Amino acid sequence: MTAINSTLPVPVKRQESRAWKKMKRNKSAIVGLIIVLFFAILAIAAPILPIADPIATSWGAIRKAPSAAHWLGTDDLGRDILSRMIWGAQASLMAGVVSVMIAVVIGVPFGLIAGYFGGWPDMIISRVTEALLAMPFLIMAIALAAFLGPSLTNAMIAIGVSATPAFVRLTRGQVLSVKTEDYVEGARSIGLNHIDIMTRYILPNVFAPIIVQATLTVATAIIAEASLSFLGLGQQAPAPSWGSMLNTAKNFLSQAPWMTMWPGIAIFLVVIGFNLLGDGLRDALDPREA
Amino acid sequence: MTPMTTTAPVLSVKNLSTSFLVDGEWKSVVRNMSFDVAPGETVAIVGESGSGKSVTSLSLMRLLAPATSRIEGEVMLNGRNLLALPEKEMRAVRGNEVSMIFQEPMTSLNPIFTIGRQISEVLVRHKNMSKAQARAETVRLLEKVRIPNAASRFDEYPHQFSGGMRQRVMIAMALASRPKLLIADEPTTALDVTIQGQILDLIKVLQEEEGMSVLFITHDMGVVAEIADRTIVMFRGDEVETGPTEEIFHRGKHPYTRALLSAVPKLGSMQGHDWPTRFPVLDATTGEPAEPVEVTDTVVLSKRPVLEVKNLVTRFPIRSGLWSRQTGAVHAVENVSFDLFQGETLALVGESGCGKSTTGRSIMRLVEPTAGNVALDGYDVMRLDTIGLRQMRRSVQMIFQDPFSSLNPRMTVGTAICEPFIKHRLGTTKQAKEKTADLLEKVGLSADMARRYPHEFSGGQRQRIAIARALALDPKVIVADESVSALDVSIKAQVCNLLLDLQQSLNLAFLFISHDMAVVERVSHRVAVMYLGEIVEIGPRAAVFDNPQHPYTKKLMSAVPVPDPSRRGIRRAISNDELKSPVRAMGYEPPRREYREVSPGHVVQIG
Repeated sequence: MTAINSTLPVPVKRQESRAWKKMKRNKSAIVGLIIVLFFAILAIAAPILPIADPIATSWGAIRKAPSAAHWLGTDDLGRDILSRMIWGAQASLMAGVVSVMIAVVIGVPFGLIAGYFGGWPDMIISRVTEALLAMPFLIMAIALAAFLGPSLTNAMIAIGVSATPAFVRLTRGQVLSVKTEDYVEGARSIGLNHIDIMTRYILPNVFAPIIVQATLTVATAIIAEASLSFLGLGQQAPAPSWGSMLNTAKNFLSQAPWMTMWPGIAIFLVVIGFNLLGDGLRDALDPREA
Repeated sequence: MTPMTTTAPVLSVKNLSTSFLVDGEWKSVVRNMSFDVAPGETVAIVGESGSGKSVTSLSLMRLLAPATSRIEGEVMLNGRNLLALPEKEMRAVRGNEVSMIFQEPMTSLNPIFTIGRQISEVLVRHKNMSKAQARAETVRLLEKVRIPNAASRFDEYPHQFSGGMRQRVMIAMALASRPKLLIADEPTTALDVTIQGQILDLIKVLQEEEGMSVLFITHDMGVVAEIADRTIVMFRGDEVETGPTEEIFHRGKHPYTRALLSAVPKLGSMQGHDWPTRFPVLDATTGEPAEPVEVTDTVVLSKRPVLEVKNLVTRFPIRSGLWSRQTGAVHAVENVSFDLFQGETLALVGESGCGKSTTGRSIMRLVEPTAGNVALDGYDVMRLDTIGLRQMRRSVQMIFQDPFSSLNPRMTVGTAICEPFIKHRLGTTKQAKEKTADLLEKVGLSADMARRYPHEFSGGQRQRIAIARALALDPKVIVADESVSALDVSIKAQVCNLLLDLQQSLNLAFLFISHDMAVVERVSHRVAVMYLGEIVEIGPRAAVFDNPQHPYTKKLMSAVPVPDPSRRGIRRAISNDELKSPVRAMGYEPPRREYREVSPGHVVQIG
């Protein structure tokens, strides 16, 4: 009886601890987690780290290669790249994570409703989704960002909304296949309401591909933020973001390759980190995986 | 049909062992199988799931993934060791000297090629025939497997054939190369019982005509008794007993063989019993029988029936065309009426598409019925709104067929069982926990299993969990939709016994939906036979089984394979009737039916 007492009231908690145990055994997931945490901590700690002012220009130190004074070198206006990288992590990670969160928070419920109820809700949601999907992702993000006005927040909203249709489609498709399982009908037959069935029976069983899609979209969103910054629609100069750094740097590819290298490596690492973490999460949250 | 001839065997297997690579370790799944198949002989390998019977057949043909499997021993086919052949020569053996037919006729044909092309391809490849020759030969083969109008169906696609007809096509394809050995892996398991009978007869006749040997893999003792000259019983990867089928059935030596046979429901075994009777469960290690116990009378006829169904009709519209206009309807349930009393089991039997499952779902309004009245435990089911419907579902619960898909894989067993109790606010969380522990013990599991997930349980255990969950709301009626059909024989017997026990202790009424006549005979008080959405015969179990009146009931009962090899000589005429379709055009008016009372409570449709 005691065993049951400790498990039944909070089944979610139990699953978390089980998931965490499984996650700990998965080395690549832990590597991913460490990478993501590393950049997240850097971003948060930027104001208190003993680094140079990221927007202070110096005419005496334009495009200097990495040295003891500037570990990662300086850019075309003589600003310290290490400092800009650390401050830029804030904008880039935010752009990646927040916009994907927006896309998931809007897209998954709509996909769930469309797939679960079918009929006219599905008709409306699916047609709108298809119309949005017909527009290229970046074009839509640019249009939305231009409409909302240039700022990092608006860029994140624009990217998030543009990424939403993919999540609607993915979720709807998954729901359609899970909906036919006996356990869903079983949930109806014990008299559960639609909300319970959707949140307790369908959502947990469609989440795996959504997590994978989300981690991949984080990468796309970071790049998209870079493009918007380049057009002046994202992070506003002189405040740094990896994307905007990359965009400036490409003009000096042959003279100052380090300017492209660092933001490039950082984006690459963060994307890998999120992918590993996402794969690990997907496996850890599935009780069937041993 | 020449058992034990002195000629050299077609297939001779010695010390066949197969292991799979699982998480870096070699796990043995089949150990030391040795057997011969003589020319013209039928050998059956019988066993429950996980016994290694299918792995054995795949090992013979070397169809397992080479990277993760290891096959040892010797498989001699006409003097050649198949396990030592290079892959290229092995390809010439498969589908040529040895052919295989599989369980699922719906997926083993390529949907985008005509069946004629798929069969003639085998002939062109293995027999070097010209296209014209191959076409003529294909038509001959299709005629051989008794497909009507074979020549005209040459250019049709698999989806235009029914399940039984597709299995005939598969057999024709297997016969195309005139194999010396046919390996049939559960070829009739996915088919309806009347179709199963046809296919078994066909295989027998073809075997005589072609003189080939058959290795028949099945879990069904009835099928074994009908078809096999010799039988090999497998249990968890070991060959436990081999012998002539008669010997195995009447003088089985190994306790497991006897346990398996005693668990097989036999049609006609209930003569002289008044009430449903528990299955005798033999101990698989000692073979000691436990006397079958007749259940006491549980039916309460004095009160109003807990479930009254009157003139229930459920139709599904068929839409087509640009504007999705309704062009017809599937008449899934047509004018069905019956009563179910407290403590009673009413069985709905019939073949796929007869509307038995739709009837069960309509009563619970999991599908919306088109017309009719359903009174359930005081509720007028057809007039309930959403809230009322949820309330009503406390009184009627459902147990599904497939225990692997009927439990949410992301929810612990404990949460799943107490969920209905909590959602209906029947008590505190503490009471829910106590209830869960109590229910788990009631269905023969232990209370501490509550925190495990469904995938950690076997099929039989999962079905027990599903039963526990159905009981959480103390329902009056349980709709058991093919609830024991997917289970192994011995597990099936145990779960049936559990249902009988629960009926006795909780006074439950069961609507027992099944296609398995032998199980139905064992567990039910009354039986309703459904055909094309209608009840064609209904009555007390003894009356329907001892004195079937409707031609369809008779046909259904005669098609059930009898697990008694001495009745093998009784041959049915080969028929190729198909199940009719309940799809009707718009404006179709179902005919008015007349019924005749044979004896009290035993009613049969006329005409």
